[in-house]
Amino acid sequence: MGSLNLKSIRKAFGNHEVLKGIDLEVKDGEFVIFVGPSGCGKSTLLRVIAGLEDATSGSVQIDGQEVVNTPPAKRGIAMVFQSYALYPHLTVKDNMGLGLKQMGAPKAEVDAKVAKASGMLSLEPYLARRPAELSGGQRQRVAIGRAIVREPKLFLFDEPLSNLDAALRVNTRLEIARLHRSLKATMIYVTHDQVEAMTLADKIVVLNAGQIEQIGSPMELYNKPANTFVAGFIGSPQMNLVEASRLGDGQAKTVGIRPEHITLSRENGDWKGKVIHVEHLGADTILYLETEVTGLLTVRLFGEHQYDVDDIVYATPDKASMHRFGADDRVLR
Amino acid sequence: MSKARISPLRSGFVHLALAGYTVIALFPVVLTIINSLKDKNAIFRTPLALPTAETFSLIGYATVLKQGDFIGYFQNSLIVTVVSIFFALLFGAMAAFALSEYRFRGNTLMGLYLAIGIMIPIRLGTVAILQGMVAAGLVNTLTALILVYTAQGLPLAIFILSEFMRTVSDDLKNAGRIDGLSEYAIFFRLVLPLVRPAMATVAVFTMIPIWNDLWFPLILAPGEATKTVTLGSQVFIGQFVTNWNAVLAALSLAIFPVLILYVIFSRQLIRGITAGAVK
Repeated sequence: MGSLNLKSIRKAFGNHEVLKGIDLEVKDGEFVIFVGPSGCGKSTLLRVIAGLEDATSGSVQIDGQEVVNTPPAKRGIAMVFQSYALYPHLTVKDNMGLGLKQMGAPKAEVDAKVAKASGMLSLEPYLARRPAELSGGQRQRVAIGRAIVREPKLFLFDEPLSNLDAALRVNTRLEIARLHRSLKATMIYVTHDQVEAMTLADKIVVLNAGQIEQIGSPMELYNKPANTFVAGFIGSPQMNLVEASRLGDGQAKTVGIRPEHITLSRENGDWKGKVIHVEHLGADTILYLETEVTGLLTVRLFGEHQYDVDDIVYATPDKASMHRFGADDRVLR
Repeated sequence: MSKARISPLRSGFVHLALAGYTVIALFPVVLTIINSLKDKNAIFRTPLALPTAETFSLIGYATVLKQGDFIGYFQNSLIVTVVSIFFALLFGAMAAFALSEYRFRGNTLMGLYLAIGIMIPIRLGTVAILQGMVAAGLVNTLTALILVYTAQGLPLAIFILSEFMRTVSDDLKNAGRIDGLSEYAIFFRLVLPLVRPAMATVAVFTMIPIWNDLWFPLILAPGEATKTVTLGSQVFIGQFVTNWNAVLAALSLAIFPVLILYVIFSRQLIRGITAGAVK
């Protein structure tokens, strides 16, 4: 209960094509995250799945059922919005129960499901309150609760954590991960934050300019990026992308090396460079070097290290962890 | 030194200006009311004086209540005003929702077309309206007035409400759609409560000209049974003799219903329940 199948979804606003043919298969119980820069079409794709936007062409199947002509309420989905979108005039309890009530469920059943969902999210003390009397984190939990109560085939999350502050974001992230484990439901989640994507997803879909760049598990995307876009997007700090000609590699156009796959030494190494900036994060030390061979280079060292600006250092990449990309920006294998 | 603090001198000037404006705005109203409580000689001899024991007189009110069916005129005015506001708000809000919510061909053009009514006075079409009402057999009915006033109120209602409805969060409406609310339920249960302050504004702006209008009652419904208060008061104003006591008393009485309506709507202006809906 809860598979999703998208076939060549296209969406255009006037002459501007936002989605340029999306094919995707989501299996039952998977946690799939759409990630990409602003304007890549990830939210539009979610809205097409929800039925809030009509695709210009293509097919959407939920559980093998074609739903292109089905209204959102009948698709068996629930959605959590970035802005919470709680009904301001209803109490928390009524907010959560409205969907079931509209479907004509008996009152006892609605009450039981609301009680169960509010128990899972520890919302019991707030059931009689209105959204205006809740904090941001509580409101987002109510929005999630509203989705749980519907017991949907598909959970859709539209950047649910973007309006929360950093500490709350981590907590709510944990809560969503826990929910996914206990409900075993299929979840589709949109974010522009690659940390959320890496930490929550079974499968990440990287979107760029209306097209899927790569689909894979977080570690697949990290270890085997299919092209320079994914290579640059996944991982923080960003992968160093160096023109291959500067390294004397004739076949490739670009060579990528992650900041954590470079070792530093004060005495000798492959690339001589000067430290231009140091960031001490405690667990990590991030150094920005200007080297003669590669230009600007980011290096990530684990633990605390003492380097100063203008120090001369030698960087040595781990050859096995280098990524080589061809003229079409795709990886060379 | 903080510039945020307003000096007492400056706030004094602000209050002076506001008080001055209040006096100017209230002056004719107060003058009407105090003179309506005086006898005729006192009105002309000392128009600005308060009624004293000698000059106090309720003759004006007595005349008004004796002459003609003044309660009936009030009733007509109230029915016309309230029903017209209701329809102008209902249809205006619906049109505004359609214009702000749905993408369709000619959306902008339709919005402009509906807003043109703000710039072109409806009275220019009086002859055509009268001919239409005669043809439809609606002359001397309150329906005729209600139809005209609804049409008169719509452009402003649509213009203001569609701007406000654009500010209602799309996510909220979409959440409603996912929860299985119909478009009507979304309109009535989610959007209307959120634009209530705007509705009150429109109601006040629509109400005053309808209540005070003399033109259309005179032309479309001058019959005794359909007279409004403003038209009814005219019997006391003659070409040669004007019964000032009665005119002032009628006008004083006419202030109160509209004042009560205003108080009802203006409370809505202040109350906002949008907080906590989004963000």
